[in-house]
Amino acid sequence: MPVMNIKKFSFTYPGVSDPSLKNITLPIKKNKITALIGPSGCGKSTLLRSMNRIHDLYPGNKYEGKIDLLDFESGKYKNILDIKKENEFIKLRQQVGMIFQKPTPFPMSIFDNVAYGLKIDGIKNKSELSDRVEAALKGSALWSEVSDRLGKSAMGLSGGQQQRLCIARAVAVKPEVLLFDEPTSALDPISTAAIEELIVELRNDISIAIVTHNMQQASRISDYTAFMYLGDLVEYDKTENIFLNPKEKRTEDYITGRFG
Amino acid sequence: MEKIFQKFAFSSATLVFIILLGIFITLFNAARPAINEFGLNFIVDPAWNKEVPITTPQAKTDKSVTQSAVSNTDDETVDVNDFGDDSDDMMMQDEDDTPTKTIYGGLVPLVGTIFSTLIALAFAMPIAMGIAIFLAEIAPKKIATFVGGAIELLAAIPSIIFGMWGLYYFAPIVAALFGGFQVSLLTAGLVLGVMILPFMAAITRDSMNTTPDILKESAYALGATKFEVIKDVIFPYSKVGIIGSIILSLGRALGETMAVAFLIGSIFELPHKITDPTISIPVALANNFGEASGLGMSSLFYLALILFVMSFAVISFAKFYFLRKAN
Repeated sequence: MPVMNIKKFSFTYPGVSDPSLKNITLPIKKNKITALIGPSGCGKSTLLRSMNRIHDLYPGNKYEGKIDLLDFESGKYKNILDIKKENEFIKLRQQVGMIFQKPTPFPMSIFDNVAYGLKIDGIKNKSELSDRVEAALKGSALWSEVSDRLGKSAMGLSGGQQQRLCIARAVAVKPEVLLFDEPTSALDPISTAAIEELIVELRNDISIAIVTHNMQQASRISDYTAFMYLGDLVEYDKTENIFLNPKEKRTEDYITGRFG
Repeated sequence: MEKIFQKFAFSSATLVFIILLGIFITLFNAARPAINEFGLNFIVDPAWNKEVPITTPQAKTDKSVTQSAVSNTDDETVDVNDFGDDSDDMMMQDEDDTPTKTIYGGLVPLVGTIFSTLIALAFAMPIAMGIAIFLAEIAPKKIATFVGGAIELLAAIPSIIFGMWGLYYFAPIVAALFGGFQVSLLTAGLVLGVMILPFMAAITRDSMNTTPDILKESAYALGATKFEVIKDVIFPYSKVGIIGSIILSLGRALGETMAVAFLIGSIFELPHKITDPTISIPVALANNFGEASGLGMSSLFYLALILFVMSFAVISFAKFYFLRKAN
């Protein structure tokens, strides 16, 4: 069952005549990991950034088609491209969280970083805050490393720890979907392995879409893979089919390293 | 070639320290007679260019700042606003009945400097932050460029023009709004505020612009509003730059002479309200340097030394404090 349904979606950046994404139709299945792969400039990050409409921080983008998001409370789908009001954007971004290429800890303590999304959501109760922060940090495999220094600045953590902190921060607000935009591209192999393990564990609670330019990563962790090329969705299937038995020639060429 | 280049760079860097030290030594030497005469009592003494009979408690002030010396000067009636028409800067000129000497105290210009600066900061800070937030986060690019340019032009206006404009157009408005004198601490402080505004706004905007997009995006991605992103992410991130802009502006306000000279009233009298005229250190120096001699001159140097130490202390305190915090 898809938690998100992208239907005939096209996206155009401001000041550009040609769309960067053309007629994309793609489901994001519930409690699965969907990987978006493709060469640089194929539009995979653009697609990901459409899914919580973070594009809208910069005006002038043009959307066409639909992106339906399943609302867990009402059980109904809602087209997120219809959103116009700020409070609807806030709700969307609480439902669809995002992790970026580089760790982005806020200039505040470790505790306050994880509690931030909860605080701006209006949770003031101290014990509830600390419970949820602890749960989020445990869920991100960071609790044992930081439990004795929650009041210290998050800037003192290592890159891998910072990225797990960002994941904890996003998990704390209990999103339905988490979008990962090349989350390990700035990390060393050991931290990368920790993050990959974490993403696989998160799948039990959260549906995940991940952009990666590392094909091994996609094959290791994802359940479904979408291969994109020059703004088109070339092929979408179960990950093993994409990597072992691609239907499209272009997918095969990319997977086998003939271009990209 | 390598060596020459290294030596050139080294001596350029050393030159700054030599100049700084040289200024300090010059000021200190020239101020020494006044320092010996008045000691630290100078800072709390509101009398300037005032004749007092020589009494025993006065003599004590040479060695130590005693309570009796302070109370002594407090007893005198303070009205020395007719400064300038007399030439008795030297000690012990009038010898009619009792021997007298002229005393100088720096309290009035010190108070004038500090309060005009504080008023300027209090006025400029919220507006500068507002401008910076608007330019960095809210305004569309075209408007931000245009307004930003206008603000940078404001910084290019010579201070004397601010003084003239302030005196003829701003002072009557201030007097009409707040009562009191047209030339006053308040008028001077407000115009000073207008003068430092562009600096503060431009530097604050620049440091806010250094916040990485990705950091702002991750706050938005948690459901933060624009206000929350500015308050919780951009401000803390660019804190050091914002404080820096305030301190640079503070430095400019402390030393500003020309505009303040037009607007502060230039009388050696403690202000009781902020709408009273008074004087600041740079104005006292500029107005009285020409005619001063002897102990009067030395007292002006003492004032200059105080100003120097004050600006230096503010900036180094801020620097060390925030550098340590940043680490």
